[in-house]
Amino acid sequence: MHFVVCLKQVPDTSEVRIDPITNTLMREGVPSIINPYDAHGLEEAIRLKEKVGGKVTIVSMGPPQAKEALKKAMTFGADRAILLSDRAFGGSDSLATAYILSSAIQKIQETDPIDLVFAGKEAIDGDTAQTGPGIAQRLGFPQLTYAIKIQELTETTVTVERKTESGRQIVQAQLPALITVEKELNDLRYASLPNMMKAAAYEPEVWDVKSLSFDTKKMGLKGSPTSVSRIFAPPGRSGGEIMDGTKDPAATAATVVQKLFQQNIIMVNPLAKGGKS
Amino acid sequence: MTVAVDKTKCIGCGACVVECPIEALDLIDGLAVVNPQKCNDNGKCVIVCPTNALSLPNQPDQPKQALDPEAGSKFDLKEPLPDTVKDYAQDNQKKAISAQVTPVAGGDVWSGVWVIIEYSNGKVAPVSWELLGEGRKLADSIGCGLCGVITGYQVDSVIPEAFAYGAEKVYVVDHFALKDYRTEPYAEAITSLVTKYQPEIILMGATSMGRDVFPAIATRVQTGLTADCTVLGIDPETKLLQQTRPAFGGNIMATILCRTSRPQMATVRPRVMAMPERVEGREGELIHEEISFDETTIRTKVLEFISSDAKSAFLDKAEIIVAVGLGIAAKRNMVLAEELAEVLGATIAGSRGAVEAGWLTHDQQVGQSGTTVRPKIYIAIGISGAIQHLVGMETSDFIIAINNDPEASILKVANYGIVGDLFQIVPAMTAEFKKRLQHGVAN
Repeated sequence: MHFVVCLKQVPDTSEVRIDPITNTLMREGVPSIINPYDAHGLEEAIRLKEKVGGKVTIVSMGPPQAKEALKKAMTFGADRAILLSDRAFGGSDSLATAYILSSAIQKIQETDPIDLVFAGKEAIDGDTAQTGPGIAQRLGFPQLTYAIKIQELTETTVTVERKTESGRQIVQAQLPALITVEKELNDLRYASLPNMMKAAAYEPEVWDVKSLSFDTKKMGLKGSPTSVSRIFAPPGRSGGEIMDGTKDPAATAATVVQKLFQQNIIMVNPLAKGGKS
Repeated sequence: MTVAVDKTKCIGCGACVVECPIEALDLIDGLAVVNPQKCNDNGKCVIVCPTNALSLPNQPDQPKQALDPEAGSKFDLKEPLPDTVKDYAQDNQKKAISAQVTPVAGGDVWSGVWVIIEYSNGKVAPVSWELLGEGRKLADSIGCGLCGVITGYQVDSVIPEAFAYGAEKVYVVDHFALKDYRTEPYAEAITSLVTKYQPEIILMGATSMGRDVFPAIATRVQTGLTADCTVLGIDPETKLLQQTRPAFGGNIMATILCRTSRPQMATVRPRVMAMPERVEGREGELIHEEISFDETTIRTKVLEFISSDAKSAFLDKAEIIVAVGLGIAAKRNMVLAEELAEVLGATIAGSRGAVEAGWLTHDQQVGQSGTTVRPKIYIAIGISGAIQHLVGMETSDFIIAINNDPEASILKVANYGIVGDLFQIVPAMTAEFKKRLQHGVAN
């Protein structure tokens, strides 16, 4: 079977800081990582390949240095990595990004039919969760989002456990399909030495705007219906009351609890025995 | 002279690249880069930059006044500029941004604010009603109608509720194929309504359903979609929907516009907008839309639905959260938090540090790489409050933090901050809660 994994190199947002003086985003020195959710998609693809045989192809869109993320991804046991990189792609919103990625996947499919496409449920820098479904729609594949378990994979179907607010939905889809994954899906492996050596010698393929029959009106800034009009710092929260609980911890704890009841922040259940008189 | 880019301020939004009439700007690696050979200092990019990252160094104090309103006409343009551009150069900055609206196919046909009402497993997601409340405000500022859309199977009981919460018109697609939520039939039903009736704005909750079906619809109708908005507004001049959402893990807020296509689509985070007043017996226009589905062409089947109690399924639904950080020092001390949670009926959660230490699982993590929560009460035990944690919980209604470090950031967002030893304070709080709740003594 042929598994394709969509993978994005992202800034490690847990390292992104706001400059306290200028109130702007400090991006210098922020390391780039593989989007954590995508890493779990890659892990699942490799597990399935190990189980049923086949190969894993990684597709990513990004600047030339995103090659590093692809080389890193290769250390986990993927077979092929393609970076879509061109200035014409820059500034794409999720609609345009899904167009570019789906075009590339279509091209891969021409020579190498695809059974499953994996993507993270969202990227941690944008948090939109839109690119995966956008790719599925353009490819005409069923989409299964928020997957926490692959229950079964047959020649023609995949059965997935999806997470929703009210419970877990078990869904079966016909192949080829696209799955976006939660971190609960699996535990990441460590790279094996042979794969690390293989990856060190591997050079990801780079496709630019000329590699595909792209409609350039659908990509980049001009192909993106949405644009940022303003950014600002999130409204701060003003501090409340600070209490010193070092001298008499029990009394301080009791005071706080009492205040919570007095302000009706926590309410006594009226049905409780001997309710408030 | 060329326009200078302050790389620390540039967010790579590309507004300048689109604006530049002579294509002297490019986005490279997510940052604006000026081609000094092409740049002629017309300063248009400086005006549109939302973060003031661009400047004309030779006129540092008055870059905007230095603009020649007619400058645009000097250039041999590859593409004709829209007519609207001509008058905005003479006007203020705000107009400059808003006037970029490219004429939209269909023109004025796109009208009305729609709210997609999420109905599954016999329940309406409350965010649907919150959005009818917000949709009312948006529709009033545009001067258009507010409609609800209900898709599902046997949805009759939902219709009067949609009117009660403020919809003037309700579109219904009631079909067996929509019994369980599946992307394909839901996207098809809503897409066909959208293309037929052409609403200007469509909103849905940023739930697992909303965030699954909306990208599918946006792709089918080829329009822009903004995910997970926390603030919505209407630009008074252009009537564009201002969609504000946290970006970069909540470190900044970004306002997104969808200028070039319709409808404008947004998913909105639950429990951010106020619940509107419910008026029993309010009526409106009801439109039943007949759509036929061919089950053989739908490639997904729901085999089973295993409902779980909300507490364990999604942290972001919890009413009371007891969260732990590295300050609890060891897994065996989790019992302190568990006892407190037990007394309050609270859900246990924690910081990334506590998850990485193996005390909690990832689905219990609060914060930017975990879950964003907004409970009524958030009790933070031994959490220092890194920005990534704060963005995930600081909109909680009431925050209580216990930390031994008086400088801990968590204390700055807490309504009540207790500086002290959590190993003494938490058990004392548990005992006090227990006493009052069991005996019903409030004061």
